[in-house]
This record gives sequence, structure tokens and C-alpha cells, in this order.
Amino acid sequence: MFIFVLRRLGGMMLTMLCLTLVVFFMVNLEPNLTKLALSQMDMRASRADQENWLERNGYRQPFLVRYGQWIGVVKKQPIINPETGAATARFSFCDDPTEPVYSGILQGDFGCSTKFRTRVADKLFPALGATGTLMFWVMVTMVPISLLIGVLAGMREGSRTDRSLSVASITTTATPEYVSGVIFTVIFASWLGWLNGSAASATRAGVNFYNFTLPVMTMAIYGTGYIARMTRASMVEVMTQQYIRTARLKGLSFSGVVIKHALRNALIAPFTVIMLQFPWLLTGVVIVEVMFRYQGFGFTLVEAAGNNDIDLLLGCSLVSVFVVLSTQLISDVGYAYLNPRIRVQ
Amino acid sequence: MQLEYVGAFQIVLGIIARFWPVWLALAIIVVPSFAYRARLGLYGQLFDTGVGITGVLVCLFWLFTAIFSARIAPFDPLDQIVVMKNALPGAMVPDDGGVFLLGGDKLARDVFSRMVYGSRIVLIIAPTATAFALMVGITLGLPAGYYGGRIDSFLSFLANLVLAFPVILLFYLLVTPGIMDTPIPYGMAGLFFLFPIIFFGALFYTRFKGRPQLLLLQLAVTFVIGGWVYAGLVFNADPLGLISIRPNELNIFVAVVFASSPGVFRIVRGLVMDIKTRDYVAAAQTRGETPWYIMLWEVLPNARGPLIVDACLRIGYTTILLGTLGYFGLGLAPESPDWGTAIKDSSRLLRSHIHPALPPVFALMSFVLGLNLLADALREQSLKD
Repeated sequence: MFIFVLRRLGGMMLTMLCLTLVVFFMVNLEPNLTKLALSQMDMRASRADQENWLERNGYRQPFLVRYGQWIGVVKKQPIINPETGAATARFSFCDDPTEPVYSGILQGDFGCSTKFRTRVADKLFPALGATGTLMFWVMVTMVPISLLIGVLAGMREGSRTDRSLSVASITTTATPEYVSGVIFTVIFASWLGWLNGSAASATRAGVNFYNFTLPVMTMAIYGTGYIARMTRASMVEVMTQQYIRTARLKGLSFSGVVIKHALRNALIAPFTVIMLQFPWLLTGVVIVEVMFRYQGFGFTLVEAAGNNDIDLLLGCSLVSVFVVLSTQLISDVGYAYLNPRIRVQ
Repeated sequence: MQLEYVGAFQIVLGIIARFWPVWLALAIIVVPSFAYRARLGLYGQLFDTGVGITGVLVCLFWLFTAIFSARIAPFDPLDQIVVMKNALPGAMVPDDGGVFLLGGDKLARDVFSRMVYGSRIVLIIAPTATAFALMVGITLGLPAGYYGGRIDSFLSFLANLVLAFPVILLFYLLVTPGIMDTPIPYGMAGLFFLFPIIFFGALFYTRFKGRPQLLLLQLAVTFVIGGWVYAGLVFNADPLGLISIRPNELNIFVAVVFASSPGVFRIVRGLVMDIKTRDYVAAAQTRGETPWYIMLWEVLPNARGPLIVDACLRIGYTTILLGTLGYFGLGLAPESPDWGTAIKDSSRLLRSHIHPALPPVFALMSFVLGLNLLADALREQSLKD
């Protein structure tokens, strides 16, 4: 087991290295660098000025050197003034070093956000915290509801409850966040006026029922149907097992059988599904945060991508890839832990 | 200027009347299908359940809407009639007699016509992108599942790389306007569009190796048609001028194929690993058939059930991806009538006007729902056998 986890962690490192290299390559394409230079200078800057800016801030160093600097295996160089020879920091707004040092991901330095004019860590981690709050409430609503729907539907396969709940869960899997968001906003904000159609105040004044229900609902609904369907399939399978028949035949009540015998075994498969939902939730986070103007991770990612803020975008991709890979690992380990029949080789 | 309105009842009637070619086509297709459903195999069995009928009807409805959109839509999707800005549903166009059945949007365009034309964009890109993703996934998944070992580890690693990327980040990196100045989208398109040619070439070659004349004909047809489409799509140099694609559409297309082919790959790989332990595969191996013959003619036909179900779900998922692209304003032109872009434009103004937001929202939802119901019915039927 230990060796398995270790090998998976090694694979994770390799994947992260490859993916960040790809992202690094993509954000450093010539059109993207031009976009960055334009967004940092005023729009009328000439071609030569842009080139000058890119050259001065070290964007013209060899590709692998810059990637190494970002990782932290190559020293970051300050800007040397060619006439005086005095060294100045590349970006003064996030206290870059004035002498060459190793300062990259390995040293815990995520770099410098050119869009927000601050250190990436100062922007990224509060945003992650905000998204964590959102995710927490989404999970708190989504998981119990979807498990309940799945268990109720799978309990008696083919019954009317099963059919109507199945159609309902298919419907929710057909409503992506930008669709359910619009429908909920129309119903609850424009029409009934019960809820706030924007979560902007949640960032400033804190989360409350009035401004946070719509984003949470919108995000939860897309995943609910999927988890419910998986739970239903697992429940249906368990209900046909011999030991359920035995329990019924020895005279236990139906509800007793469901709660004591079926439920525990039926909930193993949905666990994996819930863990693997995280990558999908990441996309949902981006849509919901943009739609409801909530300043979290997704909002930051869009801002970073829209302005080609290289270090921030790299930080975002590192975080999201890390989340995806570690949930995969947790789901594999947890599955083996929950289900003794599965032995991890 | 005061606009005149028609009543709610007339709006409903008007919409139903505008869709007349769709109703006609639906009747022509569905009535015989229903009558002869016992003899139509898997397709006929769909008509046995309510879920299946609903799925087929909704999918066909949008298919015919896309085909006849020029006839259904009363206005051009890009036409702006200034007085109709943010007009409510049922507003009549002054001195023209036309009615904005579902109102006008913030740029004074007819919401109904835009929704109808939007279906055309979605129904062209989503199924074709899914088809290409299937080709890529199948061509790579077959050897990965059949041979296992190094090929499998390598291809699975690549697939997991793509799957570990959050879709939205992938889109922001791959579908920015700037990237069309670089050779990346064209290179990727060149790579992806090779797969159908390879697939069909291998398909015919393995089966008809012993009959050179027939093989030659089939290979010639494959390469001529494949090369023609390839030239049109990748190099935008179709000699006949029939197939052309705008750079931004190619870009979207490539990104969507790239994002969804690893999923197909994983499914195909799993299916092949399961099927290759069957007796008929062992029999074919004993006969001395080549590995690719076994993969393409023994394993693949027996994996078709789950693949068809997956294809249905995947078209729906691709539609959602397209909507996401539109919602973030990536790739598609800002005035494009597709549903995602329409949702983006209207969702910012929900406080003042809700009517431009609802038609594209329900269109997208119903189409994806139809596909999901269809997939569900197909799955039920294939489990029965």
C-alpha cells in the first residue's frame, strides 16, 4: 500500500511537471507575450517599446532557463541597468530580489502577478479560501441530496419513484451551470426577489443566505444528478445480492434491510464518484464565480487568463492540477480502504 | 415610439406556425418509424418507452430546426432593427408586419431567429467534433487495450495528462485569438484529422487484404474523400471550394476534439481489455488473424453498444462545452447567434430584461436533455439483450 501511494505520488510529480511545462509553453507564445506587454504598457506602445519591455523584464531569456527559474532550479536575475550596472528588482510591487537567488516553486515563491500588481501567493491563497467556502457549502448540499435521491430511486428498481427520480436526475445533468444559473436568477432574483443575484457582497461583507444561496444551488445542481445516478446504479446492484434476499426472508422489514444491510455497501461506489467530481467542479467554479461575481479561484483564473498574467496563470494551473490529481489518489486509496474486496497491487 | 404587441396566445401560435417544416419532417420520419418499429432493430426499440420517444423527438426536432433554420427564422440573426431594442415578446415591427415573437435583445436583433440559427452552429460542430473524438479515441484505445504494456502506459499517461487539465483552463490556453497566429491549431488539426483516414484505411486493409481489386477501390475512395476533407479543413484549400472552415471555428473544433478524445480513449481501452478475454478473440488468434484485424473486426463491433450510448452522451457534453466557450466569449465571433454567446450576452442584463436569456437557455437544455434521454433509452435496450 505504502509503495503504491509512493509510486502514485511520483507519477503525480511527473504529470505536474509535464503540465506546467505545457502551460508555460502556451503562455509564452509570441501573441500572448505581446498581449502581456500591451496590458502592462499603454495601448499605443509601439512594437519597439513592447520588445524593449519584454527584453528588460527577462521575457526574452531562453525558454528552459525561464522555466527553471519558475521551478526554482535556476537563479532569478534582477534587472541590470546597462549604463550604471546597478541592479534593480524586476517587479518592485512584489519585492523581487535585487541579487540573483533561487526563488521558484520549490522555494515557495509563486512569482509575481502582473495584473494585480502583487505577489501571486497573496492573491491566489485568499481566492482559494473563498472558493473553499463555496465548495464546502456545495458539498454540504449536493452530497446528502444526491445520495438520498439515488438510494430512494435504487431501492425499488422500476417503481414510479425510481422512474420520476431518474428523469429528474437526467434533467439536472443536462443543465450546465450557465443554464441553471440563468434560470435560478430569473426565478429567485428577478421574479420572486427572494435572493440576491450577485455574490459580490459575499466577498466583502461575508457569506449569508441571501447572497450565497444562488451560487451554491447553481453549482450543486449539475453534479447532483450524476452522483444520484451512480448511487442508484450501485444501490440497484446491491439490492439484487443474495444477502439482501436472506435478510428479507428472515423477516426483517424493508426499511431495516435498506438501512442496515444495503446502504453501507451501496455507498462505496458513489464515494469514488464524488471524489472524481472535483475536476468537474473546478469548471463549475469558474462559471459560477464569473456569473455571480464572487472573487474566488475561478474569478482569478479568468482574470489571469484574460490578461495573460503568466505567473498567476501558472499558479492557478498548478493548484488545479494538484487538486485533480490528489483527489484521484484519495479516491483510489479510499476505495481500497472502504472495500476490502479490492486489493491495490 | 410606441410598439404594438400581439397577445400571448398569438405568440404561442406564431411560434408553432413558424416551425411548420419541422413538424412536417417529424411526421414524415416518426410516423413510419413508429408503425414499423418492430422491424427496425435498435432504433425501433427506442419507440417502446416514453423516455426513448421523447429523446428521439427532441433530437430530431433540433436536427430539423438546424436544417430548415433559414425557412423557420422570420428575420436574419444579425439584422438590427433599432426601434426593437429590448422589445418585449410579441412586439410588432413598425411598417413591416413582422413580429419579434420572443422579443428583441440589447442590440435589437430578433431573439427567436437567433435561437433558431444558433441550433445550426451547435448541431454542426457538436456531432462532428464528437465523431472526430470517437475516431481518435478508438484508433488509440484499441491498441492500448489490446497490446497493453508500454504502448498502454504511454498512451494512458498522455490521456491522463489531458484529463488532469481543468477543461476551462485548456480552453483559455487553446482558444485565444492570438493562438491563430501560431501554427499550433493547424498542427493539431492536421494530427487529429489524420485519424479518420488511418482508421478507415486500416479497417479496409485488414478485411480485404486477400481481394486486391476491391481493396484498391476502397483505399482510393478513402484517400480521395479523406484527402479532400483534410485539404479543406486543415489547409483551407479545398479545390472544389465546398468545404471551408474559418480559423476560429477550426480552433474551437480542435479544442473540443482535444478535450473529449481522452475520455473516449479510456472507455474504448476498458472495453477492449474486457472483450479481448472472450473466446471468439481467442478463436481469431488461433486462426492466425493479424492483431489489427482482431481489433477492428472482432473487438470493435462487439463494443458498439456502450460506444453508441457514450456517443450520445458525448454529443450532449460537447454541446455543453460549446456553450461554455460561448459563455466565456472564446473562439466564436461576438455576434454569433450560438446559444452560449447568447446566454453570455443576456445573462449580464438579467436585472432589467429576462426575455432574451430564456430562449437560448431552454434550447440548450432541451437539446442536451433529449440526447441524455436517448442515451438512457439506448442503454436500457442494450442491457435487455
